[in-house]
Amino acid sequence: MKARPPTPAIAAEGMPDPARARLAEGEEPLRASIRAGLEAAWPICIGYLPLGLAFGVLAQKEGLSLLDIALMSAVVFAGSSQFIAVAMLGLGASPLSIILTTFIVNSRHILMSSALAVHLQGLSRSFLSLYAYGITDESFAVNIARFKEAGWHPYRALAVNHTANLAWIGSTILGGYCGQFIAAGSFGIDYALSAMFLSLIVFQLKGRIYAYTALITGLVAAALSLVHPGHSFIIIASLLGASLGFALKRYDRRRRGIDG
Amino acid sequence: MAEAGYQYLLLILGMGLVTYIPRWFPLLWLARRRLPEWFIEWLDLVPVAILSALIFSDLFVVGEPRHVELLQSKSLVAIPTLLFALKTRSLGGTVIMGMALFWLRTSYHWGS
Repeated sequence: MKARPPTPAIAAEGMPDPARARLAEGEEPLRASIRAGLEAAWPICIGYLPLGLAFGVLAQKEGLSLLDIALMSAVVFAGSSQFIAVAMLGLGASPLSIILTTFIVNSRHILMSSALAVHLQGLSRSFLSLYAYGITDESFAVNIARFKEAGWHPYRALAVNHTANLAWIGSTILGGYCGQFIAAGSFGIDYALSAMFLSLIVFQLKGRIYAYTALITGLVAAALSLVHPGHSFIIIASLLGASLGFALKRYDRRRRGIDG
Repeated sequence: MAEAGYQYLLLILGMGLVTYIPRWFPLLWLARRRLPEWFIEWLDLVPVAILSALIFSDLFVVGEPRHVELLQSKSLVAIPTLLFALKTRSLGGTVIMGMALFWLRTSYHWGS
């Protein structure tokens, strides 16, 4: 893989310009935020369509009504754990064990929520509480890339979350309603999210340390996923990879004698 | 029937609660205090780590039970898709390109 020339911007980026001030000033009309959010969220929406359809079909087969499906997508809004829950229902698992599994699967959002906090400093509790609802792998990836470019208004990020949310709810209902009539694999749609993640990681590779972190974490994640059932490998590998990358960065800095 | 509906409702609410807390707590706790510089630097590496964990397991680990398969449709299509992303730096273009290549590959087994 061809390495990108490192940009000098990797030195301490410092705090993002205070989102709070921009939010308080309300300099951006709500309509503009929603528009920008829609534009940023469309790859997520395309990616959610086949997943949502598949979920709707499966959930309906397990005896969930359209209302149950809509409610679960709206209340839980976490794709993989919803699939797992439906599969467990099919196996006759107890509600408590399903809820516990859901917690384990979705605990990876702890890390994403922490990383987003850097860009949402000082915002009101109610805004943060609303924002938290929409944190998924996909919305996190899209918004964190935009935040790092700076100038991404928190309302835009919120609009991304809710656009993705509506797309998810809509496609799962559609799946429950008529999913079995739609041919699987049309137009390469199953690859939308893979391509989106590939593109987003390219935006994140802003220097050597990032590339090493990505490589280490990816290899650890793939290896762990083989021996570790479930999804906890994502959080374990990410913690390990980010920490190793951080240590490497520190070591690098010290070696060059500009330790700070 | 009504009782089953009630059970589902409780299940959904429980799932929603345990999903919301890990999303909500770190955000509320960390966004409203000054974070130490080293922690911000560490968090700066978290997105690339998470994305990479998702991508590697998505592209190279397949099947049930899971096993590594280095060369199959998903990983092969990833190569031109990644090059396209590096070249154009366009999210939308890369998604369209990836989908088109995957469609070609899975429909016609192009490239093998």
